[in-house]
Amino acid sequence: MTWSATARGAHQPDNTAFTQQRLPAWQPLLSASIALPLFFCAGLAFIGLGLGLYYSSNGIKELEYDYTGDSGTSNCSVCAEAGQGRAPPPPCSCAWSFSLPELFQGPVYLYYELTNFYQNNRRYGVSRDDEQLSGLPSALRHPVNECAPYQLSAAGLPIAPCGAIANSLFNDSFSLWHQRLPGGLYVEVPLDRSGIAWWTDYHVKFRNPPLVNGSLALAFQGTAPPPNWRRPVYELSPDPNNTGFINQDFVVWMRTAALPMFRKLYARIRQGNYSAGLPRGAYRVNITYNYPVRAFGGHKLLIFSSISWMGGKNPFLGIAYLVVGSLCILTGFVMLIVYIRYQDQDDDDEE
Amino acid sequence: MFRRSLNRFCAGEEKRVGTRTVFVGNHSVSGTEAYVAQRFCDNRIVSSKYTLWNFLPKNLFEQFRRIANFYFLIIFLVQVTVDTPTSPVTSGLPLFFVITVTAIKQGYEDWLRHRADNEVNKSTVYIIENAKRVRKESEKIKVGDVVEVQADETFPCDLILLSSCTTDGTCYVTTASLDGESNCKIHYAVRDTIALCTAESIDTLRAAIECEQPQPDLYKFVGRINIYSNSLEAVARSLGPENLLLKGATLKNTEKIYGVAVYTGMETKMALNYQGKSQKRSAVEKSINAFLIVYLFILLTKAAVCTTLKYVWQSTPYNDEPWYNQKTQKERETLKVLKMFTDFLSFMVLFNFIIPVSMYVTVEMQKFLGSFFISWDKDFYDEEINEGALVNTSDLNEELGQVDYVFTDKTGTLTENSMEFIECCIDGHKYKGVTQEVDGLSQTDGPLTYFDKADKNREELFLRALCLCHTVEIKTNDAVDGATESAELTYISSSPDEIALVKGAKKYGFTFLGNRNGHMRVENQRKEIEEYELLHTLNFDAVRRRMSVIVKTQEGDILLFCKGADSAVFPRVQNHEIELTKVHVERNAMDGYRTLCVAFKEIAPDDYERINRQLIEAKMALQDREEKMEKVFDDIETNMNLIGATAVEDKLQDQAAETIEALHAAGLKVWVLTGDKMETAKSTCYACRLFQTNTELLELTTKTIEESERKEDRLHELLIEYRKKLLHEFPKSTRSLKKAWTEHQEYGLIIDGSTLSLILNSSQDSSSNNYKSIFLQICMKCTAVLCCRMAPLQKAQNLCFILPQFLYQFFCGFSQQPLYDAAYLTMYNICFTSLPILAYSLLEQHINIDTLTSDPRLYMKISGNAMLQLGPFLYWTFLAAFEGTVFFFGTYFLFQTASLEENGKVYGNWTFGTIVFTVLVFTVTLKLALDTRFWTWINHFVIWGSLAFYVFFSFFWGGIIWPFLKQQRMYFVFAQMLSSVSTWLAIILLIFISLFPEILLIVLKNVRRRSARRNLSCRRASDSLSARPSVRPLLLRTFSDESNVL
Repeated sequence: MTWSATARGAHQPDNTAFTQQRLPAWQPLLSASIALPLFFCAGLAFIGLGLGLYYSSNGIKELEYDYTGDSGTSNCSVCAEAGQGRAPPPPCSCAWSFSLPELFQGPVYLYYELTNFYQNNRRYGVSRDDEQLSGLPSALRHPVNECAPYQLSAAGLPIAPCGAIANSLFNDSFSLWHQRLPGGLYVEVPLDRSGIAWWTDYHVKFRNPPLVNGSLALAFQGTAPPPNWRRPVYELSPDPNNTGFINQDFVVWMRTAALPMFRKLYARIRQGNYSAGLPRGAYRVNITYNYPVRAFGGHKLLIFSSISWMGGKNPFLGIAYLVVGSLCILTGFVMLIVYIRYQDQDDDDEE
Repeated sequence: MFRRSLNRFCAGEEKRVGTRTVFVGNHSVSGTEAYVAQRFCDNRIVSSKYTLWNFLPKNLFEQFRRIANFYFLIIFLVQVTVDTPTSPVTSGLPLFFVITVTAIKQGYEDWLRHRADNEVNKSTVYIIENAKRVRKESEKIKVGDVVEVQADETFPCDLILLSSCTTDGTCYVTTASLDGESNCKIHYAVRDTIALCTAESIDTLRAAIECEQPQPDLYKFVGRINIYSNSLEAVARSLGPENLLLKGATLKNTEKIYGVAVYTGMETKMALNYQGKSQKRSAVEKSINAFLIVYLFILLTKAAVCTTLKYVWQSTPYNDEPWYNQKTQKERETLKVLKMFTDFLSFMVLFNFIIPVSMYVTVEMQKFLGSFFISWDKDFYDEEINEGALVNTSDLNEELGQVDYVFTDKTGTLTENSMEFIECCIDGHKYKGVTQEVDGLSQTDGPLTYFDKADKNREELFLRALCLCHTVEIKTNDAVDGATESAELTYISSSPDEIALVKGAKKYGFTFLGNRNGHMRVENQRKEIEEYELLHTLNFDAVRRRMSVIVKTQEGDILLFCKGADSAVFPRVQNHEIELTKVHVERNAMDGYRTLCVAFKEIAPDDYERINRQLIEAKMALQDREEKMEKVFDDIETNMNLIGATAVEDKLQDQAAETIEALHAAGLKVWVLTGDKMETAKSTCYACRLFQTNTELLELTTKTIEESERKEDRLHELLIEYRKKLLHEFPKSTRSLKKAWTEHQEYGLIIDGSTLSLILNSSQDSSSNNYKSIFLQICMKCTAVLCCRMAPLQKAQNLCFILPQFLYQFFCGFSQQPLYDAAYLTMYNICFTSLPILAYSLLEQHINIDTLTSDPRLYMKISGNAMLQLGPFLYWTFLAAFEGTVFFFGTYFLFQTASLEENGKVYGNWTFGTIVFTVLVFTVTLKLALDTRFWTWINHFVIWGSLAFYVFFSFFWGGIIWPFLKQQRMYFVFAQMLSSVSTWLAIILLIFISLFPEILLIVLKNVRRRSARRNLSCRRASDSLSARPSVRPLLLRTFSDESNVL
């Protein structure tokens, strides 16, 4: 650092544990005698957990139905045909009937699934304006450029909510009907459409713009709905707590999925007689078929699923735990053999 | 090269001429009408690189010359200009961080240099101006100023000694800080100025000094001083290196001196010798760069693969532009080639973190902080000189673990350079002294043992020669005139050999009493004082390898005494008794003693007149003075009579043998370069165990070669023969056939200067390495291992960081969707993973310090950059690839379900990324924890702290709607993620799977090591009994045995 003669005199170094690199230290040695019990314990714990996960996953019931309507397999194919090549497709409805021979243990959740739909595409994923969605009036009038080409309508009005995600909001709707007795009347099963979005999304992240004269419609005045929407955003639901940007379907949709095949929660069935699940009997789901998926080779599915402590049906976790647990124990045994071998060798050497 | 450095420093506008003229005290000399003030440098020393103003641009420029920084700058610029998946902040911020940290480090180092410069430049000096002592700052000294220097002060610039407080105008100087030689050297003032030893008198001096332009050679100086006395007639005196006091040297044993500045500031010899701070690159950095290129290649491949697949995938129209995700008009109209190019760049940006931006900073910080450990180390601290290890640059710390060759000087490095007179031989008769002081009148009952007796006159002549032929000075404790009675005579000399000889002579009854008025006083065996007028001293130099004095006895006889190396003296004596002395000299050399031969000759007065004239002429010459002097010396020192020879022992340094042995065991090759006789050197090498009893010596010396007629042929033959021998044993070690002394396992090579020049056609150059620094290298092993391991580890971290990102592209339509949030991308390298690795690299001691110092063989394991080889690199890379795959697909399969929460709610893509990232951070940190074998509280703090910080940061980052962010995509993602039991279980499982191979490997290694250690300890127990005590006896034997074999 320096070559001056006067600055050279280094003084005696401090004699501290730190400077002399002799700090007290814990020197664990992962020896076989520690590792082996560890392997066995971990293996056993993992197998236990795996069994639990596996059985609770097996206990979860799922009932799914592909209503895309490809090649006339279901009665939705009519709608599929009708919507072919037309944008927007005409309103159409179809139904899916099924019967449950026994009680479908509740609480039951209704999901829809889309495949080959790339919500995780980058161009798609950034096409939103979180400031607008948080109800900022300035952002409402001036959506960010990322929303293009869904930023301004043809008339030049700002689109609210802007962006590709909002524009492609899933707009099929379902109602569930239950026939308790054969030949009896179909009773509508109440679908709880609230509480399907994240609490923080619904309560904090998504906010409607401040009301103008107590009216949400006036607040959105001067904006245009997304081009694919049939109704403006403030008419998504008659319920004032579920309309506008805080419509729960909308909020759920705006949380973009991780993979091109994804499920989103549509409703929960937990009211009245159905809180324990879906009793046996015949059921019919009336489907309003709006959403075109065949254009991009996708499918739409409807899923009834029960949920356990670990979430939905997913055998992967249980199996993975079982495999890793067994592997641990297996390795433990191999190590034990190796260890004993070495020990013997050493003993021989010592003799 | 010298000229270049000259031009670089202080390139004045005046054209460089051969000489410069300096006016003493800047008084114009009336004799010279044309007084042109030459412009010289001021006395400021600048070793710093930067100033306050140029720091920013200069430092930035230097930093961006580094590959990685430049690469990140490019990435950053791409991000700014092209629409890329991640914001410029993600690479801009880490880059900024890295640049800042490095700049702070370099700024700090430069500040230290500034401070050191200032310390020198602002130090107080005293200048004589107008007959007054004026206090000034060192940097204000101008060429021509008369400077006063007190004892133990360093000279502020290169000075010509004018006068000193001593009557004879000499002073003692130590140049320890310049060339490492700590002995006192004598410098002389010109005779005419000796008397001017007060401020008033020195001011009256009117003189001009002509001297050569500054040049870096410390030992060369040619000049002339013209002194104008009142008569206005100039008296010219020659100036040589013995008149020049160098900046940086220290005044010793002399109260004060006056000198005139001739070279100042950056023109001083010290500054000229100072090579700029060129940045050295260590092997570690080189291999890091190599791996960097590998990763760059991987990166480019990945980006190319993704771009290709993207366009294959997009060839289906509904994939390219589905109804729900349409392009803007502008995007549609963009040229496809351009789009492909920007896509390629975007992928590059997305994957760019595969090259860790902070790695260089981590490496640099490690080196920087690691260098503190070196200077703090108590084991490197020498109490005698009150100095610890000094770290000049931290650039090459880890290279200390990669040393292959150690070059060592013999005298003063292997040996202590403290000489002791052992024996002498007069006319072939051996005189061996016993270490007891004797005033010895009688030779019969004295403790001196004479094996035989030479002629009394010859004996006295020899002893007189020892007393006269030297440059030893006496330092009397009191300045009392006539120190004859003083019992304590302290001898001072530039050569410890001379002191030993003078003391040796004293043992035999001849005591040197010092110089008085140009007369050397010697007390003889009969307690009479003899005076000799010292006429000339023909100084020692390395080429002649001898020195002479010409003295005039009281009777008026003029005698020349000469002493020097046998090879330098034998050819110049006409004596027939060479043979007898030669036997003695050779035997002494075999014993490891330094031998000198003593000769004398009488000079007739006529001859002396001629010699005197020639000498003075040569001394006054300004050009080619050395050659002229040499020629004169050569003429004088002929036809002498050999009187005898001396043997002086140079003791081995404490623990030299152990050190050499340790170096051998560590696989280092030690080369000794020496100017001593071959036999002396050889026996020293045996003594310090450089050669062992079973070492086969390959000799390439004049002896082995001169046996045959034609030297070249014989040499060639030998070379071929040795080469064959070595190649047979070690196929790769042809290099060991080249220079000096080398020891290669069982082979030792001896080569002497003449043979070497026969091979290389150039003379033997002797570079010396400090003995202490060798020791340092052994001890530094642990640090070196650490740096070596660090690099691949951190790279691998980044590979498993970026691999999931790559895999994700297959599931998002190759749309460059980032898997992790920008904050995570930014923070990963600088906050979440950098500190643990830094602490690990600084504090890890996976082998105990004591084990390291006691077992030098461990050094071999790490030399040759063993830890940075391809093997470990591939291992880390594959492990990282495995981990990255586990992270991604584990999470992927986890997401094959409707919901992960018990309330049926659904997670999105950011939760997916966060799960992967959490697993990643934990795995990487815990892996490091598994590798850490030395857990100090700092490691605990940093490792657990990093994890805690990650969790805290994630909560914080997701807990607030950030007003400056466009997208609130991480809002409550982390918290929501943790509310799911499945996610917890999955994270734990994935971490465990990723660490499983590592754990397995460690356990297996430990089982192996334990059994290996047990075997080793058994073997060592039996070894130590036989091997340990053999160290000392061998050392003793080489000294005693061979000297007894007569």
